[in-house]
Amino acid sequence: MGAVQVAARVAPTRRASPTTRLLVPALGILGVLSYWELHIRFFKVPAYLVPAPSLIAQTFVEEWPTLQRNLGATVIEAAGGFFIGNAVAILLATLFVHNKTMERTLFPIAVAVRTVPIIAIAPILVLLLGNGYAPKIVIAALISFFPTLVNMVRGLEAVEASALELMRVLSATRRQILFKLRLPSSLPFLFAALKISTASSVIGAIVAEWIGADTGLGYLIVVSTFEFRTGLLYATTAVASFLALGLFLAIVVLERLVIRWQPEAPKR
Amino acid sequence: MGITFSTSSGPLRALDGVSLAIRPGEFVSLLGPSGCGKSTLLRLVADILAPTDGMISVAGDVPASARRRRAFGFVFQDATLLAWRDAERNILLPLEIASDTHNARQRAQRLLELVGLAQFGGAYPWQLSGGMRQRVAIARALITEPQILLMDEPFGALDEITREYMNLELLRIWEATRTTILFVTHSSPEAVFLSDRVVVMGTNPGRVKLDLRVELSRPRDPAMKETVEFARHTAALRRALVGETRPA
Ligand SMILES: Nc1ncnc2c1ncn2[C@@H]1O[C@H](COP(=O)(O)OP(=O)(O)OP(=O)(O)O)[C@@H](O)[C@H]1O
Ligand SMILES: [Mg+2]
Repeated sequence: MGAVQVAARVAPTRRASPTTRLLVPALGILGVLSYWELHIRFFKVPAYLVPAPSLIAQTFVEEWPTLQRNLGATVIEAAGGFFIGNAVAILLATLFVHNKTMERTLFPIAVAVRTVPIIAIAPILVLLLGNGYAPKIVIAALISFFPTLVNMVRGLEAVEASALELMRVLSATRRQILFKLRLPSSLPFLFAALKISTASSVIGAIVAEWIGADTGLGYLIVVSTFEFRTGLLYATTAVASFLALGLFLAIVVLERLVIRWQPEAPKR
Repeated sequence: MGITFSTSSGPLRALDGVSLAIRPGEFVSLLGPSGCGKSTLLRLVADILAPTDGMISVAGDVPASARRRRAFGFVFQDATLLAWRDAERNILLPLEIASDTHNARQRAQRLLELVGLAQFGGAYPWQLSGGMRQRVAIARALITEPQILLMDEPFGALDEITREYMNLELLRIWEATRTTILFVTHSSPEAVFLSDRVVVMGTNPGRVKLDLRVELSRPRDPAMKETVEFARHTAALRRALVGETRPA
């Protein structure tokens, strides 16, 4: 008999089947909704305080044309701000990595802009840019911009020292180093930041609409609150979260398509 | 020639008074304890680092211009493959950078065969073992047919059988291409088997302790490792190395 005996079989790791994985959270949500519905019926909570899920669903269907019209405006603002904010962040990060003086000059300004509360700049921007899409897009862009800038700078600099030495031995140009080394290795960092940006750009657009707008989900939230149309308020809130969720899932799908070189469970 | 690094704990003399002359086509191994400056020496030759004093000349030129005409192939201590490229596209990287697309894919395929990875062109680095990654890195260094091949412990991660096979392959490539090779290793038998000359280095500061000419005939044959001649060489290297680790 040896001191150590190995007699093991490696069993395939057991994963929940797709139906179970969907069924369990679905049951959870259903449970919460049923309790909500029963509680309100049983205790006769007035609908202007908290509407029952059935009422929200009904409002959702009845008011769909209104919801859709206002959703359209918010989508334009959130998506526009998302693209502009992230594009500027990526370009600035690239600039910073290549020019330290630029970084030292502009980074404090970026931090300063970041520290001003978005609620506080929103009225200023509405005064400056009027009542249209422009101030909302700018606010959504401002709010998405910073996490991407920070992550992208980190990602572009997170290249192995030996990979840079390899590029030097190959006499690669700075442009080649950027496109063949820095950008690809920054992609996991970029996608992490983009996922944060999806939710924050929707928040930015809605907050901007609170200040001054005649359309958009934020506008609808304000109006339905003042008019005690609580069913509509809840339905609007649901649409806003679905919008954020949709943008988030779009980024997840894009990430799957772009980053194909990593094993199933990514290391970072 | 020497180099001093400035570190947070003051200047560090990594190499001091190192003087080496390597003939074109020569196979020279560097042997020495960890931290004696072998990697640093290769980096100096490849113009990744600049010496603080003294000079380096590569084929009558400063290292910078040799580097710019892509005279060097460098195999790093860790494979340094790009994670987002499969094996074939990793091997193609030097050609892409040099904008040399002539027959690129055939050349990459031939090198994949040469390093025994013909079936693995489409595999990503995370799907390859450490030794396979290192072989991809060797293929990548060879694809530009470099005048000088700098190899930093290229076979350190390989098992003994693969290592012996790779040694023979390397000698075959070297004989076919007549490239100059500067080869870092921790194994004295490997150094003797491969090289025309073995340079033993010592630490604090890094310097040359022994420059041994290997008197074995070519082509080399693994059976030579069992000869008295071979043992005489490894013994000489061992004495030089051991003398190093004992305090003087
Ligand atoms: N960039 C650097 N800055 C400061 N010190 C350095 C730098 N590179 C290397 N050194 C120091 O120089 C010395 C030689 O390092 P080097 O990597 O050349 O050793 P080596 O002989 O290759 O060792 P090993 O066999 O472990 O790879 C070490 O003391 C190391 O700490
Ligand atoms: Mg080393």
